Amino acid sequence: MTSAPTSPPATADFSLRRRPASEKLLDQGFHYLTLALASFVGLLLLAIVLTVFHGAREAIATFGARFITTSSWDPVNNQYGAFVAIYGTLVTAFLSLLIAVPLGIGTAIFITEDLIPTQLRNLIGLMVELLAAIPSVVLGLWAIFVMEPAIRPALNLLHTLFWWSPFFAGEPQGPGMAPAILILVVMILPIITAISRDALNQVPVELRQGAYGVGTTRWGALMNIILPAAISAITGGIMLALGRAMGETMAVTMIIGNSLNFDLSLLAPGNTIASMLANQFGEADGIQVSALMFAALILMILTLVVNIIAQWIVRRLSLKY
Amino acid sequence: MTNTATNQTSTGSDVCMSLQNVTISYGKFEAVRNVFMDIPHGRVTAFIGPSGCGKSTVLRALNRMNDLVPGCSLKGRVLFDGNDLYDRRIDPVEVRRRIGMVFQKPNPFPKTIYENIAFGARINGFKGDMDELVERSLRKAAVWDECKDKLQESGFALSGGQQQRLCIARAIATEPEVILMDEPCSALDPISTLKIEETMHELKRSYTIVIVTHNMQQAVRVADMTAFFNAEAVEGGSGKVGYLVEFNDTERIFNAPSQQATQDYVSGRFG
Amino acid sequence: MNYSPITYSNTPLFERRPLTYNPNLFRNRFNQFCTSLAGLFAAMAVLPLFLVLIYVLVQGGKLLSFQLFTQLPPAPGLEGGGIGNAILGTVVVTLVASLISIPIGVGGGIFLSEYSRNGWFASAVRFANDVLSGVPSIISGVFVYGIIVATRAIGGQSYSALAGGIALSVLMLPTVIKTTDEGLKLVPQELRWGAYGVGASKVVTILRITLPAAFTPIATGVVLAIARAAGETAPLIFTALFSPFWPEGVLNPIATMSVLIFNFAIMPYEAQNELAWAASFVLVIMILGANLLARWISKAAQP
Repeated sequence: MTSAPTSPPATADFSLRRRPASEKLLDQGFHYLTLALASFVGLLLLAIVLTVFHGAREAIATFGARFITTSSWDPVNNQYGAFVAIYGTLVTAFLSLLIAVPLGIGTAIFITEDLIPTQLRNLIGLMVELLAAIPSVVLGLWAIFVMEPAIRPALNLLHTLFWWSPFFAGEPQGPGMAPAILILVVMILPIITAISRDALNQVPVELRQGAYGVGTTRWGALMNIILPAAISAITGGIMLALGRAMGETMAVTMIIGNSLNFDLSLLAPGNTIASMLANQFGEADGIQVSALMFAALILMILTLVVNIIAQWIVRRLSLKY
Repeated sequence: MTNTATNQTSTGSDVCMSLQNVTISYGKFEAVRNVFMDIPHGRVTAFIGPSGCGKSTVLRALNRMNDLVPGCSLKGRVLFDGNDLYDRRIDPVEVRRRIGMVFQKPNPFPKTIYENIAFGARINGFKGDMDELVERSLRKAAVWDECKDKLQESGFALSGGQQQRLCIARAIATEPEVILMDEPCSALDPISTLKIEETMHELKRSYTIVIVTHNMQQAVRVADMTAFFNAEAVEGGSGKVGYLVEFNDTERIFNAPSQQATQDYVSGRFG
Repeated sequence: MNYSPITYSNTPLFERRPLTYNPNLFRNRFNQFCTSLAGLFAAMAVLPLFLVLIYVLVQGGKLLSFQLFTQLPPAPGLEGGGIGNAILGTVVVTLVASLISIPIGVGGGIFLSEYSRNGWFASAVRFANDVLSGVPSIISGVFVYGIIVATRAIGGQSYSALAGGIALSVLMLPTVIKTTDEGLKLVPQELRWGAYGVGASKVVTILRITLPAAFTPIATGVVLAIARAAGETAPLIFTALFSPFWPEGVLNPIATMSVLIFNFAIMPYEAQNELAWAASFVLVIMILGANLLARWISKAAQP
């Protein structure tokens, strides 16, 4: 205000010296609005669980625990057992983790150590993040037309060498568990790499100095000091990746073969809960829908447990380092 | 302290490390330039000077710790045991095994107290009695009494001062010839500081010690030799570059320095 | 206690090796080996991106033409055609999802960060949000199928674009809440105090000061969430379904690029397979573009 001092001062210029009731109401209202929106998340989670459970009730009542242990999926006679899908879900998820964990942690180490110029490290980090952005269905398309034909000679070789093992029995025929596992590796690798990289970057530089100070080599420091200090966050990331691998749908559906018959061989077609849902939900009716809901419930419980453990690990251990 | 004024210039076999025209840069910027210095054997040498004068940089150059800093480079020669430490053929790991280091902030490993000591020894190929080595190292670092009942507890269970002495014990467990200490007491309370200084008095009977300190009283208390670093503005540029002003017996540096800048600093007129 | 005299070999406990680098030492060999292995792993990690991008760009780029964007897919067995309806459908479904999840998510994020930063309720909501973000995408499809499609809850319709959008919004919501929450937490407390200091009410402070200050991280997160939703397939295959025709409003089934890729990839017709590649091309370009845009937003805002 540039005007000369006047009396009485200011009152004329400010009409809102006292807050009107409407403004307080607005304040309150906004508070409650955001409260309601935040609560929505919890309600949504609850609604998902309840909806799936509700849909599964009929199948739970009809099949009970037999659903998990039997492997007949027979829409004609309305007999349903999800063992093949549950087995496939667990096997593909764990085997893909087995491959992706060393790859991801190795990559994370490679781009957090000063082995190559910083720009190149950032570029590799960026590319891994972009890999995570490629839609699952595109990876599935690529797996069908490019990856699976390309790796078939290798799978054939596995079969030739280990034909006596039930895990490599049967000539690879195209879609199967093994290509599904490989495409899962591609999908969970970015998660493991990104989380491991962040975890390694958060290890205090003093610890590294201390390790080098007593005369360790780079890998001596990494294996004895730095990785142990970061292992909790990395473990949390691995659990998140496991949850993702179990729930991953499209790419797996397109390449796993969607077989309803149990086969121990990794070279044979298989199935997962998620791909069974993707394949059958649209055309199912009657108790088949309920059976699919039951399978969805099992998948949800599996991923919820894994995710809750992951959150718990990350939260509990982020206090330390 | 027995020998202060008699050994003014160290010569020949008494020299432990020798810096010859050392200039250290971070990227394009020189941090400290043209340092000549002979660090004597079996003594405590202190580096003092105002902030930003490059004394910690020079200290870290003595066991190639600056290798961990991206873009840090060194010109000149650092001689130790007949080798130029910055020769291409030198293995920095081997250097650090013989020149140990204690850092500004206590940094015990996230392991048990016992393992904190044993780790360094084990990777250095120690084959002897580990229990005895752990006890001996902790005793030398004057922290045995506080630790002996909780060797299997985490190093973080100790107080800050105890952690720092654990780090000293960790450094001496590998039997280095030189121990570098980068402001080892700056994060500690006065009582812990006193204990660490007592530890240093014990250690200098067996080791060559180089210590960077902000605290001039500490330099007077523990050091036989003192190097005073200062920083000057770079001509035509922004920022400062450090250089060595004077290096002599501690007594001379504090009582009869040859340079006016040293006189000003030790009498508290700046810095 | 006795201290040994100072010599360069003051103890026989440790062997003294020369200071020079010895490549034959076990530890140096081990180091070399591990470093090479890590480099190999890093190369293997980026290899799939290259291979996928090359194939999508080459195979999909072949079909790039004007009619690809303007025509409907051909009937099975016929040649030619385009994916115009699917492109439009992806935009519609993603828009629906954004319109639902962004207001809810930003509002919920505001509550977490501004009204109840450390309360038990906020921790519970954050936990639920993290758990929700881990729910497989197919489950959100099952959920929307169970609650909307099967019950014909919206306009008496079963499959619809709206149902598809809702299913996608379930996937977007956790990301939007999380980025809003974290973005607002980065706003310095002094800024809020400054606004309160001149007598601004809480709602004015949030809407005029805090939220704009956190625009960059929130926008970055939202763009990434939209990009991810646009590529999702699993929640759509039995909610939005598919349609060989142009979109007929949000209450009818709608074609999307992702479902088109899924349907056409497993068809035994070459024309359909090629359209799947073309749709992948468009989708990947859109998504990578959005990712780079998000990166650019966050970089441009840095001083």
